[in-house]
Order: sequence, then structure tokens, then C-alpha cells
Amino acid sequence: MEKARPLWANPLQFVFACISYAVGLGNVWRFPYLCQMYGGGSFLVPYIIMLVVEGMPLLYLELAVGQRMRQGSIGAWRTISPYLGGVGLASVVVSFFLSTYYNIINAWAFWYLFHSFQDPLPWSVCPLNSNRTGYDEECEKASSTQYFWYRKTLNISPSIQDSGGVQWEQGLCLLLAWLVVYLCILRGTESTGKLEQLANPKAWINAATQIFFSLGLGFGSLIAFASYNQPSTDCQKHAIIVSLINSSTSIFASVVTFSIYGFKATFNYESCLNKVILLLTNSFDLEDGFLTASNLEQVKGYLASAFPGKYSEVLPQIRNCSLESELATAVQGTGLSFIVYTEAIKNMAASQLWSVLYFFMLLMLGIGSMLGNTAAILTPLTDSKVISSHLPKEAISGLVCLVNCVIGLVFTMEAGNYWFDIFNDYAATLPLLLIVLVEIVAVCYVFGLRRFESDLKAMTGRTLNWYWKAMWAGVSPLLIISLFVFYLSDYILTGTLQYQAWDASQGQLVTKDYPLYALAIIGLLVASSTMCIPLVALGTFIVRCLKRGDTPPVA
Amino acid sequence: MLCLLFFLVTAIHAELCQPDGENAFKVRLSIRTALGDNAYAWDTNEEYLFKAMVAFSMRKVPNRETTEISHVLVCNVTQRVSFWFVVTDPLKNHTLPAVEVQTAIRMNRNRINGAFFLNDQTLEFLKIPSTLAPPTDPSVPIWIIIFGVIFCIVIVAVMLLILSGIRQRRRMSKGPTEVDDSEDKCENTITIENGIPCDPLDTKGGHINDAFMTEDERLTPL
Repeated sequence: MEKARPLWANPLQFVFACISYAVGLGNVWRFPYLCQMYGGGSFLVPYIIMLVVEGMPLLYLELAVGQRMRQGSIGAWRTISPYLGGVGLASVVVSFFLSTYYNIINAWAFWYLFHSFQDPLPWSVCPLNSNRTGYDEECEKASSTQYFWYRKTLNISPSIQDSGGVQWEQGLCLLLAWLVVYLCILRGTESTGKLEQLANPKAWINAATQIFFSLGLGFGSLIAFASYNQPSTDCQKHAIIVSLINSSTSIFASVVTFSIYGFKATFNYESCLNKVILLLTNSFDLEDGFLTASNLEQVKGYLASAFPGKYSEVLPQIRNCSLESELATAVQGTGLSFIVYTEAIKNMAASQLWSVLYFFMLLMLGIGSMLGNTAAILTPLTDSKVISSHLPKEAISGLVCLVNCVIGLVFTMEAGNYWFDIFNDYAATLPLLLIVLVEIVAVCYVFGLRRFESDLKAMTGRTLNWYWKAMWAGVSPLLIISLFVFYLSDYILTGTLQYQAWDASQGQLVTKDYPLYALAIIGLLVASSTMCIPLVALGTFIVRCLKRGDTPPVA
Repeated sequence: MLCLLFFLVTAIHAELCQPDGENAFKVRLSIRTALGDNAYAWDTNEEYLFKAMVAFSMRKVPNRETTEISHVLVCNVTQRVSFWFVVTDPLKNHTLPAVEVQTAIRMNRNRINGAFFLNDQTLEFLKIPSTLAPPTDPSVPIWIIIFGVIFCIVIVAVMLLILSGIRQRRRMSKGPTEVDDSEDKCENTITIENGIPCDPLDTKGGHINDAFMTEDERLTPL
């Protein structure tokens, strides 16, 4: 019994779903970092060029494929060529990995959100030590925001080998995050109204990469969304709208982030100055209030000449405060969101309000992207007649959420953040490049660009612009191949992989090497998705050969 | 003779109160930081008040109820404002043990701070750690309460959606059976929507080319 495919109620719903998927945490914590590292405003030049040359064409391609084939990623690619079902499968595998580790970010956002309803904010003060004479040692060495993140939230272990137990508080937040995702996808994707990584062609490479992952290409989510479209929908217009909105959100987020950086840098610079002033006032018993920021250098010179012995004793403790060095600290990822932003927020007036608003925003971004990821997994599953005939839609969604939640508990362990970093850095980057490359080659050269063009014309009623054809056939594949080669050579040249571990005794991050089994798991992550493509192709080839051998040719 | 005795006494006093002396404590005040424009000047009267507060604190210690203001010695006052003090015994020939002075000051820290309009950070007794006030800890952490509220709301919403889904499916499965009764029994397609009468093709075997399956809107319903 074939039901008509569920459709979006109106094209606007589809556009909003795509936007909410594409606009994710990467826009907030990756793009501003890249801007800062690669020259501020001038980074926009490679970014916009890559957007026009790579992002929009690939986005349009995925939407068009989904709308034309009207199936999820596995079915869509199998339709193009039976040997290419592996591409869809690889997309689903990568989406599965992504959804497993991505939702832990939402769990952390929930944790911080629930803790924002207190006065004072828990990350603004250090807890007391055991005999109440001072503050906790780890908190003193680091800062209160870092302490709250590494000790209270993650309860992080010193290295990836010490796994520790599952933290029940994080587990509860993760469960809640999955329940919220389940609530949204329960009735199927049609009822629902977004990534990141890694000198100095590096600015261009990073711009290309940022566009690529920020739009969420290759996960199958866009194909899934578009498959629920009316065939006559103008997906060209939507592709342009979604990519433009995604980029403007990134740029807007950078403006906000830079003002937060400025606030934090100024605040820290002034505290640093005050600490130096206090140190000098106490060591030399100067009059209270005599030393100010303006006469600091003069007085330092005077003291150095008048009391050279004592000054040389105090000298090691005097830090050179510089606004430039404070501004130069660029952070990305969870460090930006949960440490730098919270540090800025705790110093603002009405900090509880800002904190609630900020974490609510993070949650909206994160859950929007999660819906896209789960759509990428669920659409092929619900498309497959085998599964959907036995189980109702609610049960399939529930099972997927349950499995992901249980696996996600790994990230709530004490060493969980290290595994999170592994998944974040390696699960999606390389496989996605390969997947999108195969996608573009498949559509242009296996399915045939002319055939696709005529199908699109029949479907939407508009001719395909020469620009898209040029990009799909030539420029974009070349770009992706060069990105792919660059990443491979970068991984190979770097040699052994390292990670940042939190050292509680020093109160800062230290670099450590990955143990062997972690390296094996990284290899497995990359291989399990990329190998799908050749393996399924091989399998289909063998099955066909056997079938041809069995049935005699029809006369 | 009296002059000599006087000099002797002051000399001994001077020896008892010395920077880094035995049982001596350094005190540091940051009046301008605390009070800004309302800062008062530190003079001998304020010193007298300080000695009085220390003597008061010592009087609270058992066996030291007879401590007088004259037993508290202050020396090395700097511009900072900082100075050293010791508490001597009534005979004024040795200083009281540091532990006793420490406990006395710690117990009455708030009173001493209050007398000078200062707090633990602006009136520092070096080597006497202050007892920090712990942050207020409610019996049930606030975050669990908010978590519980949101959790219940989400669970209720999920249940409602699942139940309405089940009810919808039950209604749909009842509908087609009524339609079927009135139609030809040989017809076994159950599509009630703008039909894709392609699905009989499924049962006939052969290869289905999915690329052409999707052109449902071209076919007119039966």
C-alpha cells in the first residue's frame, strides 16, 4: 500500500527547515574564529568567492537531486545508478556519527541554561576549599569559568585513558536533549518548521571548508528535506536564499562575537592592571590610591631605580598587561561558547538575563541542526519498505533516538570531552569531502548532466542557467579534489595526532599524544563511512553478475 | 632614675613590636579603595581605636579577660596604611602566642571590620586567614527543579503526540475497510488519496526503474 509522499505545507516551511539546519553552532563559534585568524574583514573575500563558486552550486545540486528523486539519500543515489547506493549509505553513516556526538552540545547548553537562574551565576565565583580559608586550588590556578566548565560540567579526567564513570547530571541533560529532538521529529520531517574543522593558502582553504560544512552538504539532510518538496518547487531560488541567509548569519554572529571579545579583553586588561597596582602598592607600602593606570610606568621606573633589590624580587610576579595580547586570544568551538562567552556574561549587568538568552539561542541553533541530522537518518529508513511496513513512524524515530542517546552516554563520562573532540575533528571532515565529490561526479557524468537538466526543466519549468552547469561540471569538482588532497597531505604530514588534555594541578591545557586504540578508532570512523561507497558498488556488481549467470538471457 | 626606667621600658617595648618579630602580625588597610571620597585619614586616634578593638577581641578569649589597650603595641606605620602589632601580657615582658591572637581576631573579625567601615579584603591581617562565607546552598539545587519542570512538559507533549498518532492511524484503518465493502472485491488497492495506481506494478515482478516512478502527477487516477 503506497501512500503519497508527505509534503511540506508550503515552500516557506521547507526554506525555514533548511535554514534552521544550515545555521548552526558553526556560524557562532567557527566563523568568527576564522575571521580573526585570517585577517578580519579581508577573510570575507575568499569566503564570499567560495560561497558563490562552491557553496551555492553544491547546495542547489543536493536540493535538486532530492526534489527530483523524491527519496532520501540512499534511494536517491540508488536511482541515479544502482552502484552508487553506497554514497547514500555513507551519508547516513556520517549523519549517524554526527547525531551521536552533536546532541551532547545541546545537553551542555541545557545544563548551563538551568544554572543561569541563580544569583550569583555559579561560574562567576570559585567554590571554597575544605577549611573555608580560601578558594579551591584548581579554581585559583585557572579561572572560575574554566573551573565550572572543566570540573563542574565535564568533571574531566587528566587523559583520554582514564575513562571514569558516567556523570548522571550530564546523562539527564542528554536524555532531555534527545527527548526534545524526538518531540520535534516524532511526526516525521514534514511537520518540523546545519559544521567545522582545522595556514597560507590556508585562508582560502578554510573559507572553502567553512562554506562546505556550514551549509551541511553531504549529510543527506538536504536531500531528505528536498525530497518532501512539490516537484515544481523552485529549488534554485531556495538554494540561493538558504546560502545567503547562512552566510549573513555567520557575519552577524561575528560582529556580536567581536564585541564580546572586546568587552572581555578590556575587562581582563583592567583587572590585570589592578593586580599589578595592588602588588606594587603592597610590596613597597605606597599610599593607597597613589598608583593608577596612568602613572604606573613612571612609578615602576622610579621604584626600579630607588629600590633595585626589592624591585628585582617582585619583578617575576609583575605581568606585562597588554590589550593587544588579550584581543589576540582567539578561541573556537566549545571553548568559545562555554568559557569565553560565560566569562563575558558574568561581568555584565543583569547577567542572569543574558545568560538565559544566550544559552537559549545556542539550544535553538543546536536543535535546529539536530533535526536536519536525524532527518538524514530517518528518511532513508522510512523510505525503505522493509522497515516501514513493520514499524510505525513513531517507533522508528524512537528507536533511532534511543540508540543515539545510549551511545551518547559515552560522551558524558569523565573522558567524554576527549572522545567528543575526536568525533568532532574526524568523523565528518574527510568522508564528507569524498561523499560530495562522488555526488557531483555521479550527477554530472553517471546520470548525465543533460538528462538531469531536462528532468529539472520538466519538473520546475525553468531552464538551467549556464552558470550552474559550469560549476557542477568543472569548477566545484576540481575545488573539492584540491581540498581533499590538501587535507590528506595535512593529516599525513602532521604525523602522530595529539590532543589537548586538562591538567587539574596546573589549571591549564597540556598537549598529549593519542594512545594507540584511540588512533584505531579514528581510523575506523573515517573508514566506516568512506568504505561504504566502494563496498556497496562492489556488492551490487557481484550480485548482478550472479543474477546474470543464473537467469538465461531472454530470446 | 625614672627616666632610665622609662627608656628601658620603651626600649623593651620597641623590641617586642618589630616587623617580623615573634608573634607579631602585619595589618594592611586600603581605606581609599573601600570608601573612595569618604575615606578618612589614618591618624593616632584611629590607631587607638584599633588597639581597643584588638584588646576587646583578646578579652573574649578565656584567661585573657584582663587585656588592656596599653598591652597592644603598634609599630612601623607606613603610608600604605600598614603596620605591625603585638599583644603583650600584663607584665609587658613577653608577647602572647600567635595562635591565641589569631583565634581571637578570627572570631571577632566582623566587629573589627565594622568599626572601620571596611571588609575582609580592605582590612587585611596577613597570616590570619579569614573564614570565607560559603555560597548559600539550597537543599535542592535550583537546576534540578527547572530540569524537572521542562522534562515533565516534554514527556507530556511526547505522550500526547504519540496518542494522537495512534488514534489517527486507527481512524484511517477503519475508513478504507468501509469503502472496500462497497467496491469490487477483486480490487485490492487501498489508496484513498489521489491514487498512484502504480503499486500493482510491485506485485508483477520485473525491474522497477525508480526514475520514472515519481512521475505520479502525469497519470490520471482510475
